[in-house]
Amino acid sequence: MIPVLFDYVRPGSVDEAIGVLVEHGDEAKLLAGGHSLLPLMKLRLATPSVLVDIGRLSELSYVRDMGDHVAIGALTRHHDVHNDAVAVRDAPLLATVAGRIGDPQVRHRGTIGGSLAHADPASDLPGAVLALGGTLVARGPSGEREIPASEFFAGFLETVLAPDEVLVEIRVPKATGGHSYQKFVRRSQDWAIVGVAAARVNGHVGVSLVNVAATPVRAGAVEEALAGGAPASEAAELAADGLDPSGDNNATPEFRRHLARVLTKRALVEAGF
Amino acid sequence: MKVTVEVNGDTYERDVEARTLLVFFLRSLGLTGTNVGCDTTSCGACTVLLDGESVKSCTVLAVQADGRSITTIEGLSDGEELHPMQRAFREHHGLQCGYCTPGMVMAAVSLVTENPDLDEHQVREGLEGNLCRCTGYHNIVAAVLDAARSSREGAW
Repeated sequence: MIPVLFDYVRPGSVDEAIGVLVEHGDEAKLLAGGHSLLPLMKLRLATPSVLVDIGRLSELSYVRDMGDHVAIGALTRHHDVHNDAVAVRDAPLLATVAGRIGDPQVRHRGTIGGSLAHADPASDLPGAVLALGGTLVARGPSGEREIPASEFFAGFLETVLAPDEVLVEIRVPKATGGHSYQKFVRRSQDWAIVGVAAARVNGHVGVSLVNVAATPVRAGAVEEALAGGAPASEAAELAADGLDPSGDNNATPEFRRHLARVLTKRALVEAGF
Repeated sequence: MKVTVEVNGDTYERDVEARTLLVFFLRSLGLTGTNVGCDTTSCGACTVLLDGESVKSCTVLAVQADGRSITTIEGLSDGEELHPMQRAFREHHGLQCGYCTPGMVMAAVSLVTENPDLDEHQVREGLEGNLCRCTGYHNIVAAVLDAARSSREGAW
């Protein structure tokens, strides 16, 4: 499968990339590791006329200890998030989740920013960043803005990023307790049929669900029950409240609701909540 | 557009369409050891090393490899002397039909290079990106464990 013809540009800086985006609007797409975009282009489900390759902008590849939070450059690869000492120590949920994405080859190419900006509801990192109450930093022609993860995902493969904005950094509060990611798959490299991320952040337990809606979602009822002192097994029973997941080859809606409850319980138990 | 890619130690300058996938670029050089399997980033048959790390070359553009270094299955051996991973695959009969083998070997080389201290579970997890439709995993895992041992003993 071969993508349709496109123009290829390789800007030398983020600002140069923004300039290209301003010029071409939504005809242009950013290319980072390419492991979400290139498969869609090969299927011709995505047909950008200009591909803006920011994959070599090493200025956006880092994991930094910022005191109360961890800052991760958008072009940091899954392999590097998984193995980085600061991420493992202070953002262990992200390090764990990054190591569960796809397979080693995918993790050698895919980036955290690419995964978040692509916003596939079945992908792992968006759910983790949501559970942690992270913040996303976008840079556009008029400067930078901070977007809470809870406001970032707008729909299936949609975010609130403007066509001329580049996601440059992901910030998550330092973990202060246990964490867990439960990913139900039939083959280890597959997308989650359902996934559940849980972590204690600032004394509060965040729980999010992957692949049960058009975006990753917080399990609000579970979080409230835990905050009210309910035991994990009781709180987990609320994981499917308000969910209306779709069915597909892998799972019926009923099975997804069942998985949401079971995996939430496993996540809460593994995290020690 | 013009790309310059080092493949197996040789430098190739070629004019390619930006949409050219790395696997087809490599095969156009006559290096047909790298197979196209699923063409959807799943099976791993097209695995090569990009700057020493395993990648699926059906999901990398040739322009993304511009100025970088690629190793394919043809570049592993030292003349007639097989790479220790190739030797281990032969000794353990780590192949049946052979179609997945080049990608399996390249993925295994990357895996052992990153961490030679592997147990069987880690080998199986580390090869999650490579499918053998003959289901010949048993001997593949044995070969990779043996090659990892030889790497720890300094044979690589």
